[in-house]
Amino acid sequence: MSKIHVSTTLNGDAAEFLCEPTSSLLDVLRDTMGLTGSKEGCGSGDCGACTVMLDGEMVCSCLVLAPEAEGRTIATIEGVAEGSVLHPVQQKFLEHAALQCGFCTPGFIVAAKALLDRNPNPTETEVRYWLAGNLCRCTGYDKIVRAVLDAAADLRQERTPA
Amino acid sequence: MNAPETMKPFRHVGTRPVRPDGVDKVTGRALYGPDFKAPGMLWGAILRSPHPHARIVSIDTKKAEALPGVKAVATGRDFPTLESLVMHVGEGASDIVDVSHNCLAFDKVLYEGHAVAAVAAVSPEIAREALGLIAVEYEELPFVLGVEEALAEGAPVLHDTVFTKGVEPRPDKPSNAAMRVEMGGGDVEAALASAAATVCERYALEPVHQGYIEPHACVASWNGDGQAQIWCSSQGHFAVRALTASVLAIPQADIRVMPLEIGGGFGGKTTIYLEPVAMMLSKKSGRPVRLAMTREEVFRASGPAPGAVIDVRLGADAEGTLVAAEVEFLYHSGAYAGSDAGSGVASAIGHYRIANTRVVGTEVLCNRPAAKAYRAPGAPQVNFAVESAMDELARKLGIDPLDLRLKNAAAQGDPQTSGLPWGRIGYVECLEAAKAHPHWSAQLGPNQGRGVAGGYWGNYGGPSTVNVSVAEDGTITVATGSPDIGGSRASMAIMAAEVLDVPYEQVRSVVADTASIGVSMVTGGSRTTFATGMAVVQAAEEVKRLLCERAARMWGVEAGQVEWRSGAVVCTDGAKQGQAMTAAAIAGNSLHSGGPVAAVAALSAKGWLPGFGVHICDTEVDPETGHVKIVRYTAVQDVGTAIHPDYVEGQIQGGAAQGIGWALNEAYIYGADGRLDNAGFLDYRMPVASDLPMIEAVMVEVPNPAHPYGVKGVGEVPIVPPLAAVANAIHAATGQRLRDLPMAPDKVYAALHPEG
Repeated sequence: MSKIHVSTTLNGDAAEFLCEPTSSLLDVLRDTMGLTGSKEGCGSGDCGACTVMLDGEMVCSCLVLAPEAEGRTIATIEGVAEGSVLHPVQQKFLEHAALQCGFCTPGFIVAAKALLDRNPNPTETEVRYWLAGNLCRCTGYDKIVRAVLDAAADLRQERTPA
Repeated sequence: MNAPETMKPFRHVGTRPVRPDGVDKVTGRALYGPDFKAPGMLWGAILRSPHPHARIVSIDTKKAEALPGVKAVATGRDFPTLESLVMHVGEGASDIVDVSHNCLAFDKVLYEGHAVAAVAAVSPEIAREALGLIAVEYEELPFVLGVEEALAEGAPVLHDTVFTKGVEPRPDKPSNAAMRVEMGGGDVEAALASAAATVCERYALEPVHQGYIEPHACVASWNGDGQAQIWCSSQGHFAVRALTASVLAIPQADIRVMPLEIGGGFGGKTTIYLEPVAMMLSKKSGRPVRLAMTREEVFRASGPAPGAVIDVRLGADAEGTLVAAEVEFLYHSGAYAGSDAGSGVASAIGHYRIANTRVVGTEVLCNRPAAKAYRAPGAPQVNFAVESAMDELARKLGIDPLDLRLKNAAAQGDPQTSGLPWGRIGYVECLEAAKAHPHWSAQLGPNQGRGVAGGYWGNYGGPSTVNVSVAEDGTITVATGSPDIGGSRASMAIMAAEVLDVPYEQVRSVVADTASIGVSMVTGGSRTTFATGMAVVQAAEEVKRLLCERAARMWGVEAGQVEWRSGAVVCTDGAKQGQAMTAAAIAGNSLHSGGPVAAVAALSAKGWLPGFGVHICDTEVDPETGHVKIVRYTAVQDVGTAIHPDYVEGQIQGGAAQGIGWALNEAYIYGADGRLDNAGFLDYRMPVASDLPMIEAVMVEVPNPAHPYGVKGVGEVPIVPPLAAVANAIHAATGQRLRDLPMAPDKVYAALHPEG
């Protein structure tokens, strides 16, 4: 079985990799590209710990076959901060103590950023339903929801014209 | 050094700074168990039993070994034969023979998913392919899953070496009753006979999983000279070292365990599953080997919390004073002895003053994965039964359920079930705070009901080692042996900064490996902030003393002429009076000041106190579907002193959410074939964000006099009351009493529509 050559854009840079036809995008990100920020909690699309953006759409990377990434744009948790400057969602997760073990956190941050990119002013209920595909076992979600709502408020202020 | 009842104002304790490991965790840089790779590493995989109970007749690994790319195959036969030895590491006690046979079965498989053989290969694909080439011949045996069935005459007996512990004289036959624990005193029968109101009911729960999102994973590298390194996530790398070395019969110091970040444990990562197997594969292949579980393997083969059948009898006089309580329960132990009967007995009825009590717990072996600690192990099950029964009793007596609890609540000096007096506990304070909270008197909507429940967990102290050292620029490093599972680096840094009176950012806190710090017990039992925190304070105090001593020497003054003020040594008397010397000036001049400044505290922390909580839950029950929505939730808890209130609230909220999941949806579901039917997150339904409201955490601070800052453990208490709080709220909403968990929509619907 020969490997498949795939060309993508990964966190803004051109990236190529070889993969098995059966490899998941998550396996390639973690094992081939060395980007272990995306986590595997289940491998069946039920926990959201592997959430990445594929051509601007939120996906569970464990459910995407790696060859499907050919010619497409992938954004992972490693590309959320701009250099050393944290994205407001990341900053608010820290300020609100919205993580305990932190294992689900990358998936939550990618998903929450995707929400705020689409809807800068979500209600608590909208946040809860948008994040319903991400499992957290530590926090009971309270501080996560507060962090996302606070990040939204922060982002809206930045967008307000002076 | 003891905490006074009223604390002096703190500079750092009680503040909410960002955790030192935070940026790594929000950027994806933190390395967890499954993230680590070693050069030349092989990929391992484990073959698991399809049968719930079978004798292994033979294992033929020749074809697997012949597959190109396969570098090693291991079975139970590769491991040393061990003498029975009960080891008290992790949370609770385990026989090392059982630990070994659970990692790789020896002659029998005891549950579906039991590990039978393992492979290491150059790729995960080849490792998985090789598993399919291993031929195992099984002789299937009758199996048993339920606790009552397992105790019945003629039930298949899992181990012919188990004679019920705690029964005198020792039974003459082996059985599935692994252990029996009994406590109490007085005359329960006479008191119940004279009681004005009694409740006599049976309650039942299925096993549930801890549900950490990070599956178990490790990399092991065992060199030809006998020395090894293991990289893994766990709740205690010293427990990993002790258990792995014991299973392999090698010296503990030959293994260096490097703690990776842990993605949740809740008690389930206080033991080992993979490490000795990865070690054996590494030894056989001469290369580092990675083993990681899939989610399905986590469900099938790692420890769930025990399910239970619980009988409760409560009696009270007409004024609502409890006169008698009897609790008898059977807890699943799964494949091996070592479940939660002891802690269940201790956690059943001690929150009330009752003259006549009898609490009996029995651990029952059955063909399920070996039960393991889950947050307040053994307490939520029995508390669900007792606090449901308290609600039933309150209704019979016509007394408000909070008032009934307040009337009988145990306070300092009252006897526990063991007879020993309670220390400075805060149950009454929690009940009063709950009663005063606006939630308790808020209006309810249609189909809504409100429930309340109280509960407690004993907490723990135990061994911890801490090293506090001063860098040459005066900044401080705190190294502990306690894995940080929910922000403990921050609370350790806060406590050191408090002692040294320096900025929080001047103190950095790390988790050191087994070769770099002394032995520390697992992060479990809600012990870390209490016990490891006590060691941090002790070591930081010693560093402060050393800095003063060095400054006095450098100034040429007496030790009594200097003191520590605002993060520096100040000379209070003599020639240098009024001068100050910073930690940087001392530590940066260690060649002349008397040497580097560092202190180790290695202690076994005593004086821990239990935590108490009272939860108020509002449910809305859909009569059309039986769906239960949690509409409001308030969790009141005595936390001693909150070192970092954000993470204390987080523990309370997370524990409540797990308890709500246990109450409403979570359960191991087995088919008639003895195989687990819901080994995945789709069918094992844990709460998601849209299932829950905000969870209001109300911290009551009744300081622990035995801890320098008043700390009591906080992590486990909050999973104890929710099960009954939810059940009581459903009863209030519907008039239906559900005594079997989970209270999933089908069960609620059936209760609402008995006609079918």
